[in-house]
Amino acid sequence: MGNQAPSLDPEKITVILATDCGSTTSKARFFKKLKNEYRFVCAGEAPTTVEAPYEDVTLGVRNAVREVEELTGHRLLSEKGIIDNRTDEKTGIDLYATTSSAGGGLQMMVAGVVKSMTGESAERAALGAGAIVMDVIAVNDGRRLHQKVEMMRHLRPDMILVAGGTDGGDIEHVVQTAEVIRTAEPKARLGIGYKLPIVYAGNNGARKQVQEILGSRYALTIVDNLRPTLETENSEPAREAIHELFMEHVMSHAPGYNKLMEWTPIPIMPTPAAEGRMFRTIAERRRINVIGVGLGGATTNVYSVYDGKFVRTVSANLGMSYSICNVLYSAGLQNITRWLPFEYDEIKIRNVLRNKMIRPTTIPRTIDELVIEHAVAREALRLGFMHHKFLARGLRGVRIQRTIADIFDQRAFTETYIDMMNIHMIAGTGGLLSHAPRRAQTALALIDGFLPEGVTKLAQDSVFMMPHLGVLSTVHPTAALEIFEKDCLVRIGTCLAPRGTVTEGADAFKLKGTMPDGSRVEKSLKSGEMDRISLEEGKIASVEIEPAKELDIGAGPGNKLTVEVEGGVVGMILDARGRPLALPQDDKERRRRLLQWFSVLDAYPKAVLERFGQGLEPTVKVSEPERAD
Amino acid sequence: MALAYTPGLKVKASTTIRAARRLPIPGDVLVRMGEKVGFDAVVARTSVPGGVEIMKLVHLLGIDPDEVGMYMRKKVGDNVQKDEIIAEKKGFLGMFRSVAKSPTTGVIQQVSELTGQVTISEPPVPLEVKAYVPGQIEKILPNEGVIVQTDGALIQGIFGIGGETHGKIAFAVDSPDEMLTDDKIRENHGGEVVVGGSLVKVDALRKAISLGVKGIIVGGIEDKDLSDFLGYEIGVAITGHENVGLTLIITEGFGRMRMSDRAFNLLKELEGKEAAINGATQIRAGVIRPEIIVPELEKEAKAQASEDFVPQKGMEPGMAVRIIREPDFGRIGEIVSLPVDLQVVETESPVRVLEVKLEDGRTVAVPRADVEIIEE
Repeated sequence: MGNQAPSLDPEKITVILATDCGSTTSKARFFKKLKNEYRFVCAGEAPTTVEAPYEDVTLGVRNAVREVEELTGHRLLSEKGIIDNRTDEKTGIDLYATTSSAGGGLQMMVAGVVKSMTGESAERAALGAGAIVMDVIAVNDGRRLHQKVEMMRHLRPDMILVAGGTDGGDIEHVVQTAEVIRTAEPKARLGIGYKLPIVYAGNNGARKQVQEILGSRYALTIVDNLRPTLETENSEPAREAIHELFMEHVMSHAPGYNKLMEWTPIPIMPTPAAEGRMFRTIAERRRINVIGVGLGGATTNVYSVYDGKFVRTVSANLGMSYSICNVLYSAGLQNITRWLPFEYDEIKIRNVLRNKMIRPTTIPRTIDELVIEHAVAREALRLGFMHHKFLARGLRGVRIQRTIADIFDQRAFTETYIDMMNIHMIAGTGGLLSHAPRRAQTALALIDGFLPEGVTKLAQDSVFMMPHLGVLSTVHPTAALEIFEKDCLVRIGTCLAPRGTVTEGADAFKLKGTMPDGSRVEKSLKSGEMDRISLEEGKIASVEIEPAKELDIGAGPGNKLTVEVEGGVVGMILDARGRPLALPQDDKERRRRLLQWFSVLDAYPKAVLERFGQGLEPTVKVSEPERAD
Repeated sequence: MALAYTPGLKVKASTTIRAARRLPIPGDVLVRMGEKVGFDAVVARTSVPGGVEIMKLVHLLGIDPDEVGMYMRKKVGDNVQKDEIIAEKKGFLGMFRSVAKSPTTGVIQQVSELTGQVTISEPPVPLEVKAYVPGQIEKILPNEGVIVQTDGALIQGIFGIGGETHGKIAFAVDSPDEMLTDDKIRENHGGEVVVGGSLVKVDALRKAISLGVKGIIVGGIEDKDLSDFLGYEIGVAITGHENVGLTLIITEGFGRMRMSDRAFNLLKELEGKEAAINGATQIRAGVIRPEIIVPELEKEAKAQASEDFVPQKGMEPGMAVRIIREPDFGRIGEIVSLPVDLQVVETESPVRVLEVKLEDGRTVAVPRADVEIIEE
């Protein structure tokens, strides 16, 4: 198979199999054309088998596909692999595609000249290609040259992206970076015989020197400068080169991937790249600003499409199984336990998380352990989004004529351009979010992790198939979109949350409006409360929201907003907790408040919440929680 | 889904072990095919590049990058001593002379007329790989290392810290339930691998180090004790490089956890024998579990190594499994049935389960992801 997606005759494709080889689980999804439309049929899952003792990714894929066979009676597997020449309605498929993040995904090191300029652009390009960025080397990164050499030797990346300098500018620094790489002689992660791929996307005037320094020792690919001028970023050529090298060098060295590559005519995509395609699709089709998240076992991938600009970040080591203790380490225990509504023993919580880390494929059997995992999820999302916002910002180093207004609005130069008030939808995928027993649990994780402001739709991947549809969309966009709209994207509802804070217990906002059946609805929320109004998926209510004078729901502080609100499986979620969100410092009040939120959203069984709430008395003292940043 | 399961940790009284002993970078293999080796025999050797010092001559001599070659007294490949002059710029009439002295002893690796930098590599650092387990060289991996084959007992732990070492197995507790407290670590445990029961506390670990204990094998440890002992929190489970004075192997998990009878009883049988142990653990990207290997030195290594246990047929009624998540963590039972349909568990998640008859007579439905197969 090549690196380009083949052209297929869509009319002849009626039975489709897609898999995602995740770090923990291999997931098979089976699709069929039924009555002239493509639909999701069923799912099969099995542990990923990239690692010892199996060391062959296709075993896990076979096991996941065999589960689909068992559930459907459709024969999909032969001795050789997937039966790709369908013979009848019950044997074989027309198309097989797969994504992969197994074995640690694509781990890259990037280098630039100035950390906040070409270093940041290189990082964005690598992340955009679906890579995990292990380190960013730059002339001004604060490390001495020998420390950089040691770091390169230690990290053992799958690939290096070298950027630096604008076209026609000084070549000294980027050549120096190449010399440091040659001195370090970094070795690839995947074995002694593997020639480390390096992509050079820096100053075009230094190509000859870089070729001389690195060309004979590495699989060097030279592409257009990703920062040809200070004012422009051109990351597409670097991204394409990374994808090609990922297939040619990295995938072909991972255990069993050579076989897997023979099973599919479509290039294997890194999971974040495929996931990202679907989030882009949501934003482009609806012409809205979207934040998407893939909360995985090893990584948290955050995507934003904001005013047409697409940014993807992969936060290595923030995840719900392999990386769960890195969330503990990064967020701190206090930030995790602040989401627990029951009395807990810190030592026990730490042990629960450690035991998940060492046995990452296990799933919670008790509701208490489920609630603990949801607490970790909120923090993984919060930290992943912080990482994302750091890169979702304007180009550094651009000469800008600042106006008086800009001088007062420092944010334009130092912070992310993402304004939560202008985010129209937050959507989530990944094992924990897709498999949450109640959709309200996903809703709370997304709201608490991202803190939407104003009016924001919430959605989730029904059974985790966005990566599958992402890779499918490269060759059969019609099928991918039909399945996406009908079976993948679950509308959870809409969150209404004013920006700003008012005194604890004071009136926060009033809502009145008309439900789809013509009935009237009125709600009044005090600061710190949440509420919910049932509004079915596909239905629209027209509401008027009147916030307190300190709060802004989207029309300015204290101004009324009239808006049409879309429903979902949870409905309209009213969030008067304030932005930024502060949890009560008093432990009992914090728990009482969490239980109120969980209760109105019907997030957990009533009997369980009653058990959690035993012995609580109300007292109120609110303060800002400790932040990891 | 019967094929989707977690293979259990190995607890084998006798098996053929093939230990891959690899250099991280190419080097020389020092042993021959079929040769017998001991624990500490060096089987392969290489040199890792030494540290580097990069000198910016343009700043030191006040010259342009393309003039560097003109002022160098040494060329690429030359040896230099610390403080030896490597470049010199004579000033006007011999005045204002400036020199660049080597900050280290090494070899001139690179002189760049593009950046004006000189790179000096320090002498390579020798790196040796030992046999780790005594046995016979079963395979030579050219320029890379060897496979050492031996027959013996193999017990895998779930998590560990500290690298490879060896010592005699000694017991500090009488039952797998018992905690390993500091008073149970005695002076005569110095140089030995000490087996505890359900939990080791940080005080016991510190005392063990002070007495020169080589390793501790125990059912569980509190995460807080581990962090206190290491002085930092482990973020991602990649361990083995810790230099804490001993190797710690946890067989069950975090918290107080009774060591499995199978592991405890087998270790008891091996008491007094020399064991090779390694705490290295890697949960992601190539699972590595800590291990205890007790070679049967009196036996000849078999010509053919047994294959790793890679179950192909999956789970079936009658198979022995162990529950690996609370509640009922550590309990052993027999699979009664494998229902095809999803079942809703306490969390309200619809999952595939198996019904297990436990040793206490109860039959419980457990998510299939939450058991491991016990290898027979």
